[in-house]
Amino acid sequence: MSADKFSNPVVRWIDHRLPIFSFMDHELNEYPTPKNLNYFWNFGSLAGVSLVIMIVTGIVLAMSYTPHVDYAFQSVERIMRDVNHGWLLRYIHMNGASFFFIVVFIHIFRGLYYGSYKAPRELLWILGVLILLLMMATAFMGYVLPWGQMSFWGATVITNLFSAIPFVGDSIVTFLWGGFSVDNPTLNRFFALHYLMPFLIVGVVILHLVALHRFGSNNPIGIDPSGPQDTVPFHPYYTIKDFFGLSVFLTLFAAAIFFFPNFMGHPDNYIPANPMQTPAHIVPEWYFLPFYAILRAVPDKLGGVLAMFGAIAVLFILPWLDRSPIRSGNFRPVFKIFFWVFFADCIALGYLGGMPAEGIYVVLSRVATAWYFLHFLVILPLLSVIETPKPLPQSLSKSVLGGSAMAGAASAVKEKV
Amino acid sequence: MAKTNTSKQEDTHVDGRRRDFIVVASYAMAGIGAAAVAWPLIDQMNPAADTLALASIEVDISKIDIGQSITVKWRGKPVFIRHRTEDEINTAQSVELSQLKDPQLDVDRVSNPKYLVMIGVCTHLGCVPLGQKTGEIKGEYDGWFCPCHGSHYDSSGRIRKGPAPVNLEIPPYTFETESLIKIG
Amino acid sequence: MKWFGSLIFGCILFVSNSFAAGSGDVVLKHKDWSFSGPFGTLDKSAMQRGFQAYREICASCHSLNYIAFRNLSDLGYSKAEIKAFAAEYEVEDGPNDDGEMFMRPGIAADRFPAPYPNDAAARAGNGGAYPPDLSLITKARANGPDYLYSLLTSYKDAPGDKEVPDGMYYNAAYPGNLIAMPQPIYGDDVSYADGAPADISSIASDLVYFLTWTAEPSLEKRKRTGVKVMIFLLIMVGMSYGAMRFIWSDVKKA
Repeated sequence: MSADKFSNPVVRWIDHRLPIFSFMDHELNEYPTPKNLNYFWNFGSLAGVSLVIMIVTGIVLAMSYTPHVDYAFQSVERIMRDVNHGWLLRYIHMNGASFFFIVVFIHIFRGLYYGSYKAPRELLWILGVLILLLMMATAFMGYVLPWGQMSFWGATVITNLFSAIPFVGDSIVTFLWGGFSVDNPTLNRFFALHYLMPFLIVGVVILHLVALHRFGSNNPIGIDPSGPQDTVPFHPYYTIKDFFGLSVFLTLFAAAIFFFPNFMGHPDNYIPANPMQTPAHIVPEWYFLPFYAILRAVPDKLGGVLAMFGAIAVLFILPWLDRSPIRSGNFRPVFKIFFWVFFADCIALGYLGGMPAEGIYVVLSRVATAWYFLHFLVILPLLSVIETPKPLPQSLSKSVLGGSAMAGAASAVKEKV
Repeated sequence: MAKTNTSKQEDTHVDGRRRDFIVVASYAMAGIGAAAVAWPLIDQMNPAADTLALASIEVDISKIDIGQSITVKWRGKPVFIRHRTEDEINTAQSVELSQLKDPQLDVDRVSNPKYLVMIGVCTHLGCVPLGQKTGEIKGEYDGWFCPCHGSHYDSSGRIRKGPAPVNLEIPPYTFETESLIKIG
Repeated sequence: MKWFGSLIFGCILFVSNSFAAGSGDVVLKHKDWSFSGPFGTLDKSAMQRGFQAYREICASCHSLNYIAFRNLSDLGYSKAEIKAFAAEYEVEDGPNDDGEMFMRPGIAADRFPAPYPNDAAARAGNGGAYPPDLSLITKARANGPDYLYSLLTSYKDAPGDKEVPDGMYYNAAYPGNLIAMPQPIYGDDVSYADGAPADISSIASDLVYFLTWTAEPSLEKRKRTGVKVMIFLLIMVGMSYGAMRFIWSDVKKA
């Protein structure tokens, strides 16, 4: 790594002492990336952009928000009405949370399908699950801040989950609340933590990227690039592709912000919190619904809580549950079927989480919950033993030539010179 | 043969330039977009609509007796409104400009000599001078006295003695009617 | 795999929709509001009429806490008119130099004074039922505008088998059909200066316009900005796609 690659003498002077330019050049410019990535590989950078959008809008919103039970709701309405462009900033932040989760969920399902959690990327995957957990905590606390009815009752229900812990549960809940119910101390500390946690996420994201760049991106074929002929430099090929993806993302995001800003929210959150009256149907934000369905599916309080946290915990050990050496689902015919069944199962859980906990919904929730765990704990370990994979191509380039199942990946590079 | 070759090369060349342009242009779009997004992020720190709505206030001065003062809050600062006595007006008007640190005629500081309207913040370091209430120290020039660092103001609010560099500031105001002034 | 993103999104929309629909067991009357859709605008004269109806019908019980008199300029009123409106109200201010709170005429910067000093007083004055603040009402109910319109126009005689307790009224659009608010509009409750019809459904519709504005005064601005932003972004999508194709054109297949 000689500093000579930079022509600007100031850059050269700095780089000799503090090699940030070499670092950026190495990691963002020449970083060799498999050339067959499809559009599902856009969602990593989109998640990064979403995080930045949330942090930036969050910081400016904090300048006008008051974390006090008597003023929180009012201060949010003041942002919506009186603060310059406040409505825009708040709608970006509010819908940004939903879009961040959409992006991250797609990113996760991409990893699940293409086996991106397999060796040598286990830690990369685990850091990703950690990011998901932190995101969920951050989003939950953020939803409490406007201090509407859903904020208050969401906070009450979720913090009460911890009361299921034997012996110390009630003390933990009192500790979380800073009192004997969700009240001003709770709101105040949730605000402090909601401000802090995104920066923890940034930290883990950096580790996630370090781990990613150790072995480079996985790809739709799932075999490692065999040489320079299989890769392209990150810039300009993937910078422009990420930019195109970002443009599409922003277009959808803007459509939500400007035309359906309250679509993914709940009307009850425009009613100020009232500790004396619970709304008729309380539901968490949509991104928590699958987990909420799992929580309710188990008839036992502690069991439900354990199942819900287990649903995330199982993701941490996924690299050791699926032992198949084949990464990409494209070459695993049976896995592929179960992947889609699992995907449908997650959607079903999301739907059931939003339905009242009665009648057929309870039965369906139990079936879907059972399947969720069955998929990870039984099907995946079993498949790694009994499944016969399709033959793998010899190299990424060959597979593209062969015009295999990945027509999508090939389309990006099909244009002739 | 040669001819077709050249024209083909030219085509590619033109094509290349046109398409090169699209790369530069789309990054330029990104720049414009980023700049457009930056504005709301910055502008949200400017005063909000509810703050601006209180940027000008109306004060009824009919109830201030001669020789009395009131203090009203305007834009977060105290505004002194004094119904001056004949004596005070005469003293204020008869001062020689040469005696003043920040020379200004009394008539330039009032729109109706009976009423002195000024921001009650010492021009030295921002304390609120005494002299509004009967019985408070009014300083050596029978006006206002800033207890922080000893600035003396006269009955026109002009600095006469002490560290303050300039006279007490006059806010923008107009008489809406004889007894109603609009400040700001 | 390609359709999987859109599938996720579709499912989310479906799920969110089902909450919105799931919360009421009543069918709402649907009206084509001028403010719906990406190019929607608020009808100023309807809002002015709705404002009048609010003042004359609703304001005796329902507050409008988040609206200041100055906001009425959005309805097309001049500064002088707003000043006059504001001055009709008495607003509590203070404490004065004697430590007493005092009443003064309202100014443009004041918010609408609430009819009751606090929630408990509001309940006590209405037989235990709290008349909700109306500023956000169209956002705080699923399908708010349709809901409000339906509620105001669906007071009926209860069917024979339905028992209506004292202090409750039958309303076909209210979840559970029993509502504590007596029928507020009977037709010709207000006489509009512009001669617009004042039957029940016209007044209800005018109120919906007014209260949609109070719920989100920035609605029109949001949609207008949105159209511009969408045009910009669609151009950016096209250009970045072109740029991507151009840059990738030199990548050989093999």
